[in-house]
Amino acid sequence: MAKMKFLCDSERCIECNGCVTACKNANETEWGIQRRRVVTIDDGEPNETSISVACMHCTDAPCMAVCPTDCFYQTDDGIVLHDKDLCIGCGYCLFACPFGAPQFPSEGAFGERGKMDKCTFCAGGPEEDPAKQKAKYGANRIAEGKLPLCAEMCSTKALLAGDAQKVSDIFRERVVYRGHKDGAWSSVDEQKAAPGKQGPEALVPGQMDSQQMAALASELAVDASNIIAKA
Amino acid sequence: MTKTTQPDSRTVKALLQVFAVLVLAGLAILLFSPHAGADDAAAKVQGNFAGADYWREVSDGTVGYTTSKGAEHGQLINVSGERWRELRNKWISPGGLYAIGGSLGLLTLVYLTLGCMKLDKPRTGRLILRWGLFDRAMHWFVAITFLTLAFTGLNILYGKHFIPEYFGYDIWKNLIALSKFLHNYIGPIFSIGLLVMIIRWFGNNFFNMTDVKWFIQGGGLIGNKHPSAEFLNGGEKGWYWALTILGLVVVGSGLVLDFPLFGLTRNDMQTANLIHGGVSLLLVAISLGHIYIGTIGSEGALEGMKTGYVDETWAKQHHDLWYAEVKDQAIDPAQAQTDKSGKADKPGNAEKAEQA
Repeated sequence: MAKMKFLCDSERCIECNGCVTACKNANETEWGIQRRRVVTIDDGEPNETSISVACMHCTDAPCMAVCPTDCFYQTDDGIVLHDKDLCIGCGYCLFACPFGAPQFPSEGAFGERGKMDKCTFCAGGPEEDPAKQKAKYGANRIAEGKLPLCAEMCSTKALLAGDAQKVSDIFRERVVYRGHKDGAWSSVDEQKAAPGKQGPEALVPGQMDSQQMAALASELAVDASNIIAKA
Repeated sequence: MTKTTQPDSRTVKALLQVFAVLVLAGLAILLFSPHAGADDAAAKVQGNFAGADYWREVSDGTVGYTTSKGAEHGQLINVSGERWRELRNKWISPGGLYAIGGSLGLLTLVYLTLGCMKLDKPRTGRLILRWGLFDRAMHWFVAITFLTLAFTGLNILYGKHFIPEYFGYDIWKNLIALSKFLHNYIGPIFSIGLLVMIIRWFGNNFFNMTDVKWFIQGGGLIGNKHPSAEFLNGGEKGWYWALTILGLVVVGSGLVLDFPLFGLTRNDMQTANLIHGGVSLLLVAISLGHIYIGTIGSEGALEGMKTGYVDETWAKQHHDLWYAEVKDQAIDPAQAQTDKSGKADKPGNAEKAEQA
């Protein structure tokens, strides 16, 4: 079974906020609700790096663990969804969430926050009637065989969405082309090709033939299913 | 014209020379300064800050720039969320069950071994006013709001583990929504009642040697003799202070949770939630002792808070020192009946205690 995950390649994200706009448009969320956001660290500094973030659909989701109403559930695809009929707007999911994903339409006295809203991986929610589902939870693109619009519309393909294994395959390919052995979490500086060294480090990105790249790809290959199973 | 231009061009030349010297000096500084080499310039172009340092910074909760206007949206990782989850789910939640379960178990054991504490001597039939109308109204106001908050709070913490399973989705949906609503709105109402009660009964509740002796005898459990007590005994005073101290902590943290305005962060909410949950569960566990003694644990105790009057025998047995003071005020039940309808709010005892 597929396990749906997002991955944002910090080397590619250019902070265009296209994903944010795409999300807002696809899901037509309430005024003030922004399911996805782009955060830039060291903005205006030499190290400026941006990442697009929304619900990461955790395998061991903290929101699920603390919700007093037990309104969260995980689909077979590993997508974390919630039932707005059950939600009481207590805010516990927001306290626990590592990514600040849960959003509330208001913040009033006596803890009146309204029903929580968050990224659904464009998978809608627990509502039979499609019109009602769209109004309550936003788009259900998964049901149409489509992936989340944010990733689909990403101009630099920094934001990837889909089966964890597929996403990691795509990413690994990029790693090989760039020669970044640690993937998104490595800097160009550390990865300068060193002449005289053996193995992947001897290979210069952009100067490899297809055989070299294939060899490097298999060397760096990671079976994501093990990682998912461990999580 | 040419004459006038010559000094000008000379000035320009001199200026150019000065400029050249400045540029050279500048270049020299740049070349010899350790931080501004060509490598650094290249690094600046390559820029992209990733790797372990990036991850370290992000997972430390560094706040970046974002166009999102949501609260704390600049922060990529909410560092304390996982710790809160751990403390709430693995300590507070089971801890509360141990506290309340332990309290219930202990009281069951007491009831099974000692049973209801009956009056030693038959009732005289003459009544003494113990609690005036205001005291009783206040007690029941606080009691009802307290119990509502306790049940709704317990439902919010533990309900999901069994109610949806046994009562179904629809009941659970409405019950949990009602619980949150009642809990959030009755909380501040309870806090007003609690404050009035704390102030009203403040004077009666200072411990003295009589109370120490009362505690040494375990409130009558140790030894045969019932220990001396004034208007309030040691146990009642202990409950007053537990309710005052723990109650104020619960009310304070509850108000923080109730008003997520004023720029309160997730961190503040987590702290308030842990304090609120832990202390209120402890308070509920202690309150069971008070409820036990006031109902099935001791004969005649509930009458005082219900009607305001207690039997002479009860007063003598449980509050002998107070009885000695007020025994001349004992009245017949018929008199009490007429007093109750009228202005019986003349608790000579309570007023006396307040003056003291």
